[in-house]
Amino acid sequence: MAIVVHFALAAVLPLVARRYGRAAFVVGALAPAGTLVYALARAGEALADTPPLETAAWAPAIGLEFTARFDELAVLLILLISGVGTIVLGYYAGYAKVGDHRTAARDSALLVTFAGAMLGLVLADDVLSLYLFWELTTLCSFLLVGGDGLRKRLRQSATQALLVTTFGGLAMLLGLVLLGTAAGTLRISEILADPPGGGVVTAALLLILLGALTKSAQVPFHPWLPSAMVAPTPVSAYLHAAAMVKAGVYLVARFSPAFADHPAWWIPVVGCGLWTMLLGGFRALRQYDLKTLLAYGTISQLGFLMVMLGIGTWMSALAAGTLILAHGLFKSALFLTVGIIDKRTGTRDIRELSGLGGRWRVLTTLTTLALLSMAGLPPLLGFLGKEVALEALLHGGPVDMVACVGVVAGSVLTVAYSLRFLRGAFARKPDVAPPPSVPCGRVMTALVAVPSLAGLVLALAPGLIEPIEAGYADRYGSDPGYHLALWHGFTPPLALSVGIVVAGYLVHRYAGLQRLGGRVPSGLQAQNWYTASVDGLEHVAHGVTGRTQVGSLPVYLGVILTTLVVVPGAGLLAGGVEFGALRLFDNGLQVPLAVLVLAAAVTSLVARRRLTAVLLTGVVGYGIGAWFVVDGGADLALAQFLVETLTLVVFVFVIRRFPPRFTQNREYIPGRWVKAVVAGVAGTFVAVLAVLYSGYTHGMPEASREYIERAEDETGATNVVNAIIVDFRAFDTIGEIAVLAVAATGAASLILARSRKRTGGDGTSDEPGVAEGTDPVGGRDEAEESGDAGAVRSARARDTGPGDGPEPEVTS
Amino acid sequence: MTINITMAVMLAGLYSIGFYLLMQRSLMRVILGIVILGHGANLFLQVAGGPPGEPTFVGTAAVEAMVDPLPQALALTAIVITFGLTTFLLALSYRSWALLGHDEVQDDVEDRRVAEAELAEREIEDEAAEAERVAGFEAPEAPEAGPGQTDEEAGVR
Repeated sequence: MAIVVHFALAAVLPLVARRYGRAAFVVGALAPAGTLVYALARAGEALADTPPLETAAWAPAIGLEFTARFDELAVLLILLISGVGTIVLGYYAGYAKVGDHRTAARDSALLVTFAGAMLGLVLADDVLSLYLFWELTTLCSFLLVGGDGLRKRLRQSATQALLVTTFGGLAMLLGLVLLGTAAGTLRISEILADPPGGGVVTAALLLILLGALTKSAQVPFHPWLPSAMVAPTPVSAYLHAAAMVKAGVYLVARFSPAFADHPAWWIPVVGCGLWTMLLGGFRALRQYDLKTLLAYGTISQLGFLMVMLGIGTWMSALAAGTLILAHGLFKSALFLTVGIIDKRTGTRDIRELSGLGGRWRVLTTLTTLALLSMAGLPPLLGFLGKEVALEALLHGGPVDMVACVGVVAGSVLTVAYSLRFLRGAFARKPDVAPPPSVPCGRVMTALVAVPSLAGLVLALAPGLIEPIEAGYADRYGSDPGYHLALWHGFTPPLALSVGIVVAGYLVHRYAGLQRLGGRVPSGLQAQNWYTASVDGLEHVAHGVTGRTQVGSLPVYLGVILTTLVVVPGAGLLAGGVEFGALRLFDNGLQVPLAVLVLAAAVTSLVARRRLTAVLLTGVVGYGIGAWFVVDGGADLALAQFLVETLTLVVFVFVIRRFPPRFTQNREYIPGRWVKAVVAGVAGTFVAVLAVLYSGYTHGMPEASREYIERAEDETGATNVVNAIIVDFRAFDTIGEIAVLAVAATGAASLILARSRKRTGGDGTSDEPGVAEGTDPVGGRDEAEESGDAGAVRSARARDTGPGDGPEPEVTS
Repeated sequence: MTINITMAVMLAGLYSIGFYLLMQRSLMRVILGIVILGHGANLFLQVAGGPPGEPTFVGTAAVEAMVDPLPQALALTAIVITFGLTTFLLALSYRSWALLGHDEVQDDVEDRRVAEAELAEREIEDEAAEAERVAGFEAPEAPEAGPGQTDEEAGVR
């Protein structure tokens, strides 16, 4: 229901925007806000043992339906999607340029569509609608990043995001279908309740993970996310921090309860997650652009989430749930802060910002809260999440310990880049002139306050969200009696947290360490891999086209003929061939006729003069007619003789206009031999087919016998062939007449079009091909033409006239 | 009932010559090739009719002695349509002659362009690789880290 409301609202938003400009964002915010309230009101039902289920038939004939399932995980994500969505849409109303109605219309509609698609994604309970919404979010992201598409940088980033995530999405579709087939149902809840096994499932899981890892910007697919930072900041805040990149995390979270023990599942998830967490933090240390810094931070945090989900215990699931929420809140607050800084000062480069902390005290405080949450310091939600995470990892096996070391190292980096953000954005730097003094805007600051303070409130009262997360965690096993709290006493995780903060500060403090930060050899940079693979693909496409599409008709025909011989020929050889008894001839007249026909045909090949070749072809035609007589086809022979005569007449009329000889052959001799061999083999092959085919015919078929017997009674004709043409199969004949009419019309129009141009006589030719005077042969033809144009035209008209003439003559 | 060898040889000859003419550059030869292929195809149709027999006029012979009338009717249609096709093709070649001054089958311009661009690109790449070898290879910088800029220079620590 709520999804439909989103889409409907998105459809009308452009109209609102055209009239009221950026107020459209506020109207758009109503949809996620309403969803948030509705979801909270019904949250109790979601926590019940059997969550609410809604089913709408989509294509019942093939068993497709859309099922929405409202469970704890969905509630958690909806809090994020709708909550952050409301804030971001409201914020965009202040961020957008006044008077730019086009952008307002596009972005508001797309953002609301996106919110609806995300909603559908987390609610969908069947794999196909999951995929549908998944790709819908990708498309929204493409359009939002691409913006108006006028700048190359925008287009490149949008295309990269689209290519990478769609590649993953398609892999995921394949994986989902494989999984659904293996499980015998497309319903996710049923697949998870009774997970299938076997080799197919391993492949399916890897494919699904490919989708999740690309969507959530995990190494080595991450470069699209920093590139996508060219999008407007509210878009980045929503899609690339809070919501869309969470889709991959959501997918892993959705399938982990059933497959967390599967090696094909947890090894890539934990491995990529750790790698991503460290690399993202490492790269973030060197960024000067606040947004790019946050983007790498997001990558790092997403890696963290992946690790926790891949571990797959009750505690780690609780940690993941808390962190998903915490990350959504603090990261959106930080992005919105960057948006304010960018809009008010005109830059978001650390090297150009100075002294904002003293001027914008409220904003600085709020941002600091969000940063503390990101760094995992009390008393904020990020701290709660990290405490649980460390607690979960410390009490596990060797894999968990490795993960623990990775997570600690990643957290140290997180502290370091959080400090970098704080200093870079707000600190006074002695050698940088502070930007011009402007107020930071009350409404926008207030909107930053919401997620920022939410992190604080939820941390102080974790009971508000714990039931939801614990409900999700219960799928991994029983509750070990842990509760989210700021204070657990002096525990190992607390000690680790202190150590992390100290180490993070040291990493930030010492420039020597920092200069190392972010340096990755160019050969290992994933962005270069992406560029290389895209370039390579284009290169291969170009190369293949350049080599196969040579543009020469004879070559194409040669390929077709060779295929004709090779493919069915191989089939014949494989199937075993039996030739029946062959006779030399059935009628003594056949041999001289065959000699005549073949001799004429061969001579026409070598004829240099056009008329000779045409006449020899005529001989072939008459020879065939005679053959028909011998064969017993009187009507056929008659038609053949008549048509052959007409053809000759038409040919002679046309070649009158051409030079008497064929154009000199430019081709080299080997080419001619290749052609001859290909043609000879193909022709022989056809004859072999004929022999084989005739071996399988036995006597006259039933239909023909019926035709002969019924001809006189039903049509009154004694000539059976005639009866067939004009009566039994009269519709064929109508078609034939139509073909002749079309051919005659076409031929006439081709010739008359030229005549009109001639008689127009304005001298300026509109046909680019006519090169009068430059081409000696063409010029001669033009001169000749102008002399007896009238006579030629009427003659041509007369001989195209008979084109449809012979038809009644032959069939009657 | 297997056909006789003369028929098979004739089919092979007509089809081979037709195919060969079809692969020629002269449009007039291509048309002649289509005409000859048409003859071959009409003959092929008669393969379905079995060996020679009496013409199918009711009452002149026993049904068993007659040839199959159906392939004949089909071939008759085919003959007439081949004629229509030939006329149309001739008009086309005439127009090609009138407009372009020749009746050659040209290579597809667009295809040639792609092929040539591909060739040229390969040459340029070879040259570039050569130039690079001469100049010495220099590793590209990471896009976000400007060359030579450290944190101290930027005033941030």
